[in-house]
Amino acid sequence: MQFMLLFSRQGKLRLQKWYVPLSDKERKKISRDLVQTILARKPKMCSFLEWRDLKIVYKRYASLYFCCAVEDQDNELITLEIIHRYVELLDKYFGSVCELDIIFNFEKAYFILDEFLLGGEAQETSKKNVLKAIEQADLLQECHRGPVQGQYTHVQWSDSPLLGWGQRSASCLGHALDFTHT
Amino acid sequence: MTSWSAVVGSQCLSLHQGHLPTCLCVFQRMPAPIRLRELIRTIRTARTQAEEREMIQKECAAIRSSFREEDNTYRCRNVAKLLYMHMLGYPAHFGQLECLKLIASQKFTDKRIGYLGAMLLLDERQDVHLLMTNCIKNDLNHSTQYVQGLALCTLGCMGSSEMCRDLAGEVEKLLKTSNSYLRKKAALCAVHVIRKVPELMEMFLPATKNLLSEKNHGVLHTSVVLLTEMCERSPDMLSHFRKLVPQLVRILKNLIMSGYSPEHDVSGISDPFLQVRILRLLRILGRSDDDSSEAMNDILAQVATNTETSKNVGNAILYETVLTIMDIKSESGLRVLAINILGRFLLNNDKNIRYVALTSLLKTVQTDHNAVQRHRSTIVDCLKDLDVSIKRRAMELSFALVNGNNIRGMMKELLYFLDSCDPEFKADCASGVFLAAEKYAPSKRWHIDTIMRVLTTAGSYVRDDSVPNLIQLITNSVEMHAYTVQRLYKALLDDISQQPLVQVSSWCIGEYGDLLVSGQCEEEEPIQVTEDEVLDVLEGLLLSNLSTPVTRGYSLTAIMKLSTRFSSVNRIKKVVSVYGSSIDVELQQRAVEYNALFKKYDHMRPALLERMPIMEKTASNGPTEIVQTNGETEPSVPDTKHPPLVTQPANQANDLLDLLGGNDVVPVIQTTLPTKPASAGGELLDLLGDLSLSGGPAPAPVPSVPVSQPPFLLDGLSSQPLFTDIAAVIPPMTAYNKNGLKIEFTFERANPNPNIAVITIHATNTTEADMTEFVFQAAVPKTFQLQLLSPSSNIVPALNQGSITQIIRVLNPQKQQLRMRVKLTYTHKGLPVQDLAEVNNFPPQSWQ
Repeated sequence: MQFMLLFSRQGKLRLQKWYVPLSDKERKKISRDLVQTILARKPKMCSFLEWRDLKIVYKRYASLYFCCAVEDQDNELITLEIIHRYVELLDKYFGSVCELDIIFNFEKAYFILDEFLLGGEAQETSKKNVLKAIEQADLLQECHRGPVQGQYTHVQWSDSPLLGWGQRSASCLGHALDFTHT
Repeated sequence: MTSWSAVVGSQCLSLHQGHLPTCLCVFQRMPAPIRLRELIRTIRTARTQAEEREMIQKECAAIRSSFREEDNTYRCRNVAKLLYMHMLGYPAHFGQLECLKLIASQKFTDKRIGYLGAMLLLDERQDVHLLMTNCIKNDLNHSTQYVQGLALCTLGCMGSSEMCRDLAGEVEKLLKTSNSYLRKKAALCAVHVIRKVPELMEMFLPATKNLLSEKNHGVLHTSVVLLTEMCERSPDMLSHFRKLVPQLVRILKNLIMSGYSPEHDVSGISDPFLQVRILRLLRILGRSDDDSSEAMNDILAQVATNTETSKNVGNAILYETVLTIMDIKSESGLRVLAINILGRFLLNNDKNIRYVALTSLLKTVQTDHNAVQRHRSTIVDCLKDLDVSIKRRAMELSFALVNGNNIRGMMKELLYFLDSCDPEFKADCASGVFLAAEKYAPSKRWHIDTIMRVLTTAGSYVRDDSVPNLIQLITNSVEMHAYTVQRLYKALLDDISQQPLVQVSSWCIGEYGDLLVSGQCEEEEPIQVTEDEVLDVLEGLLLSNLSTPVTRGYSLTAIMKLSTRFSSVNRIKKVVSVYGSSIDVELQQRAVEYNALFKKYDHMRPALLERMPIMEKTASNGPTEIVQTNGETEPSVPDTKHPPLVTQPANQANDLLDLLGGNDVVPVIQTTLPTKPASAGGELLDLLGDLSLSGGPAPAPVPSVPVSQPPFLLDGLSSQPLFTDIAAVIPPMTAYNKNGLKIEFTFERANPNPNIAVITIHATNTTEADMTEFVFQAAVPKTFQLQLLSPSSNIVPALNQGSITQIIRVLNPQKQQLRMRVKLTYTHKGLPVQDLAEVNNFPPQSWQ
């Protein structure tokens, strides 16, 4: 994977992770281009597009688009699973994650991503292990800061959760892929 | 001032560690900066972009001054805020050094944000990033695994080659630990190191020994990624790791046979991520190796048949399996199984899976043509899909499946698709139809019908070269002329907006107008039209707002040609003379030329406007086009079709061949000056013909100024450039200067094809007598191709009172240094003169 972008339906960038060295200017141009291209696509279209010499795999969860750029030999379908796994991890960590969780706790979203992917490849295939590592690391942070700014405490937003009921409850049975958010 | 506050700041720190907010109040310094979440909330209240920018500028100023004061307490908070602003698109580079300071801090929170900031803000092309090498090194040896993890993650994400060289040893050490948390990260870090510095690969070889015996899936997965990377990069590694095939097969088997394990289960499938990775590594190991392929045949068949496919994740595995089967030396039965899986994918409700199926089938269609052919109807059905990505793939695949047996059926579908598809597909689809029809047309009539169908339905989308190609096809199908002209005439009555169709129709009516009015057609019911009706239609084209200038040119030429095919010459004369004052220069020029033909050269007109001969088949693009513009200058092929054109017999060419030393040069017979009416007629015939031939990839010159002109047309035209968009930056040179005869070369580069140099020669004469019967000949080495166009005259006037110009076009595909030999013959003061010269001092710009 070369990079991953999270952006909103309005085209606002929510997270960017680059695994290839690019200047700030190039990164901005790429994200602008891709955000525009993807937002212009109709919901009925498939999740893949060819862009420059890369394959772009994206999926929308509620108000957020998750978009990965993978190389030619990479498997698009498993990339969708990687995206979904990341959403599940966010969901488990924040508890019914929504876009506002990611806006206000963007650094946590990065920490979770860095426990799941390293250098663009999945480093852990067990959800449990990723979450355990994050919790442990959060505890280390607590020791320094005192309990006030410690582990994430769930906030109730008036925002729609990224994972719909079908997707979350099915996480042990399998998720519904043709979920379309209303 | 700054130094003072820095001192105060550090005193504060040492004295009041842990009670800093109080300390700040006491000293009346800056108030505690607002919290990250507070800042985010504030920024989100901004109603306009300007308001947001103002808030951020204010906050940035506060952050900068806090950084200046070396405030350790709030550095972490400030950098985090900076990262948020960075995500919004604001500059944050001034936080780079602060990230490094955070990394060096002892606190885990600081390190966590510091490393995150480094990954976001630092760029390996700036040397600043090297400053953290030492910190990473320390942290890789830290006692806390989460600190080690942060260091590994950062190195694996953004480590530059210098950093990788410095830290590869640490990574290798961690790859051998028993701690799986660190081991999996170290494995991916090693992947990054190898990508950055491939020669460090060897160093990780010992550590790979027992990676696959690990139970932890994280370590297994990352190890497989590492092995894949090594195998892809080095053939030695590849053959070394082939011995791992049985072990990989065993792991895969355990995954698919083992029961439900909640930790790694995804929709009832055990660790699909690991399965996909193993399948990919197997693909690399089995590629062009019989034994390895043999060893994995069974497991591939097992995965292909046992994987549950109701969910995306199962299909992800199947897809990877199919790719592996297609890539290794698998049994034929297995290959058919793989193609059938893709066939099933095509019927899947999930559009992603249909897309993947089409992409994979497209990859295999060359090797397993027949197997893919069996799914033809499903593929063609995908043309009706709502998703454009799928439509496009289906279209490409459909064209790949067209062959002589299914051409009629497939074309029916594809033409239907062309009718109904979005505009973005039309151009590609139209050229696909042209190509397929050219290759597999069952009959000429079918071929012509198909192309005409494309032109009527998607005419405005076809490429420019389709017009000359169709004209050529029609010309060569002699028995179809009457039928074609009748069909095209009818099409013209229906619609004159599709320009390519109108151009072809005009050309055909001009050529075969007599057949049209004769009312004889064997292929279908003949129509009854009068000459006046035909002329009405063509004149309508000249007047219509829908017609482009090119179309008008075609139309006027067609009308002109009809003057020898129809009886109503007077009407044609009138039209031609009216357009002699057209504001369109192109049209005016044609009309003036044709007018002259009516007046001064009426005796030549029938010969000039004769029917076009059958054209030889030529490649529609590529370097051969250079010899097309002027039919008779095919290099080294003596012209047999127009013997009167060559006033001097072919042995002259042979002379030149001898002169130039035989083997390494290609002589070119130069186009002699037309002296007899018949030869001039031949040239004008080509002039008319070039409408159909000079299309090619360059749309501009289609009806452009004829390249070879009879002398009476030259005055006033010779200054007209042959190519319109030429950068005249190449300096001219003197090629020959002897006995009062001076020949200068000027250069231009033909725009559509930069490999062609266009050289114009200017011959001048300083002596007091004219040089008559002047002939310039040239030859180039075999790697070049040369074309000499007609000279402007064969007399070089005395005392510099004029010059002869002649254009040479040299195709130089290999961009070699240009060399040329020239032969000059002329008569001076009644004596024949002959001279040879070699021209080697071409300016580099003319050939580079």
